Amino acid sequence: MQREGSAFAGLGVVMLKELSDHLTSVRMRVLEWLVVLVALAALYGAIQQIKDTTAEDPFLFLRLFTISRDPLPSFVSFISFLVPLMAIGLGFDAVNGEYNRRTLSRILAQPIYRDALLFGKFLAGLATLAISLLALWLLVIGLGLLLVGIPPGAEEIGRSFLFLLITIIYAGVWLALAMLFSILFRSAATAALVTLGIWLFITFIWPVLAGAVAQIIVPLDPRYVSLGLPTPGTAEAEHILARLSPTTLFAEVVVAILDPTTRSLGPIYLSQMQGAVLGAPLPIGESILIAWPQTVAMIASVILLFVIGYVIFQRQEVRA
Amino acid sequence: MSEQAVIEAKNLTKTYGSTAAVDHISFTVGRGEIFGLLGPNGAGKTTTILMLLGLTDISGGEVRVVGFDPARQPLSVKRRVGYLPDTVGFYDQMSAADNLRYTARLIGFKKAEREEKIAGALERVGLAEQADKRVGTFSRGMRQRLGLAEILMKGAQVAILDEPTTGLDPHATSELLGVIRSFKAEGVSVLLSSHMLERVQSICDRVALFNGGKIALMGTVAELGREILGGGYVVDIEADGAGLAERLALIPGVSGVERTGIGKLRLQADRDVRPEAAVEVVAMQGRLKFLGVQEPSLDTIYTRYFERKAEEANALKDGARHAA
Repeated sequence: MQREGSAFAGLGVVMLKELSDHLTSVRMRVLEWLVVLVALAALYGAIQQIKDTTAEDPFLFLRLFTISRDPLPSFVSFISFLVPLMAIGLGFDAVNGEYNRRTLSRILAQPIYRDALLFGKFLAGLATLAISLLALWLLVIGLGLLLVGIPPGAEEIGRSFLFLLITIIYAGVWLALAMLFSILFRSAATAALVTLGIWLFITFIWPVLAGAVAQIIVPLDPRYVSLGLPTPGTAEAEHILARLSPTTLFAEVVVAILDPTTRSLGPIYLSQMQGAVLGAPLPIGESILIAWPQTVAMIASVILLFVIGYVIFQRQEVRA
Repeated sequence: MSEQAVIEAKNLTKTYGSTAAVDHISFTVGRGEIFGLLGPNGAGKTTTILMLLGLTDISGGEVRVVGFDPARQPLSVKRRVGYLPDTVGFYDQMSAADNLRYTARLIGFKKAEREEKIAGALERVGLAEQADKRVGTFSRGMRQRLGLAEILMKGAQVAILDEPTTGLDPHATSELLGVIRSFKAEGVSVLLSSHMLERVQSICDRVALFNGGKIALMGTVAELGREILGGGYVVDIEADGAGLAERLALIPGVSGVERTGIGKLRLQADRDVRPEAAVEVVAMQGRLKFLGVQEPSLDTIYTRYFERKAEEANALKDGARHAA
């Protein structure tokens, strides 16, 4: 059955309204300050570390993102920790909030499809995150220029920009997840708790659990254990399981993009090392190739989560 | 399809699993008519409204709203129909005018016509002064009026109002009903659902009484009165004078006289016997203090209908018991 008219009529209107809501909301301001302060702390640590070591690193600028100084984690680990929090903060009451304010049926009685409302909300959330992350990125680059005093090369800018794009995609995964639960649960508190629970599970528990589950699927080989080596089958299973988590995918992509010497994201076999110059940086194109599968997996999970939410939303009866 | 009907439902059905929330109902609403959907909560009124708007799937039957099928042409329907949901909500942090601006942009009004329409609509519902106040500070009655302003701004041909007066104080209710009446004056058809019968009676041209997902009764209030109450008129008299009751009982058409208090009488008649009764009182040199006829009230019809249903059900049960 063909529907009349465009599914995207009203999309821009919804998106602009949601975007202005996000940008003026107290919630967003708190999250932004949290991210900025934490990122500055991490950056400060990294700059101190760089000044101390004065290494002859050709990619000194990228070290800003990855180097950490105890007790602070690196900028990248802060980002991978806080971006989901921001995305969940923006998305957990996207749909059930409308329902609870009793505005949903009034808005859906206007000549627009539900598609426009959902998609507009998602795009607005993503745009808000992108704006915040872009500001943060510029802040890091600017501070790096001021405090380190070495201008970044074109490749470094390119790589750090890719890092920005990937962070936005990563944020999209969590935004889509939060919106899915905002469709599933009528109560915003329930949706927020469930999404945060899943985030905690995926970020902190799953990496540990993946190892344990991998050992059940492929038991450790005593011959390798006696040599103190990981069993190849088990290690592979653990890798596959760990990659079900977007946090793992993001961490892997970031390593490949921000550390040009990364040659592989899995176990490396001797055959792959033949002819390789250890420690030599790869060109940016090669790094992208290494990170490509993980990136695609992240984009796919954004789409998958959004589509599940979309289908549920379309079938929901709007009675408020 | 008649020219005049703006809403036409034929055997409209909605089932959830095996239970039918709305069971083969048929009705039409004409242009400029105020049509009331009445009935207890859970009788299927809101479900019917959602189906008319294409907000929920139709399980069976046919429906046309301003000539369009809500399931297949939802945008055409929603462009011409205004909807005020049960306890309407607005974005509390935005002003009244901003809330309408958002809706106006969703509808697709051009910027130039937008402001004019919004100002006009707010003026009509008496919210012009509060246009720039945050909706968060609005009372319930003001929110309902803002909801009506949205329908006015939209220039809808049909206004569908779900329980518009629930939870309003008498003053807010009469203000709201005034706006609804003005819809009719402009040729806008109104479909409203309610269980506040007395209020509905005063503005509805025709009503449909819902019961268990079916339309039990439909017609004007007078028609329903005749059907359910048997066409009786009740005339109340307050007057002095000995033997008045006996005199009044002789008036042709009066079937019974009943004393309802000191100097108060109630006549049962098959027509309006007020003129004759007045003549009788005056002829006896009695002092007439009050004379009034009871219009068939929707409340009475409603109560009587459900009493009768209960009696029928009991009779059926008894019959079954006897048969057994």
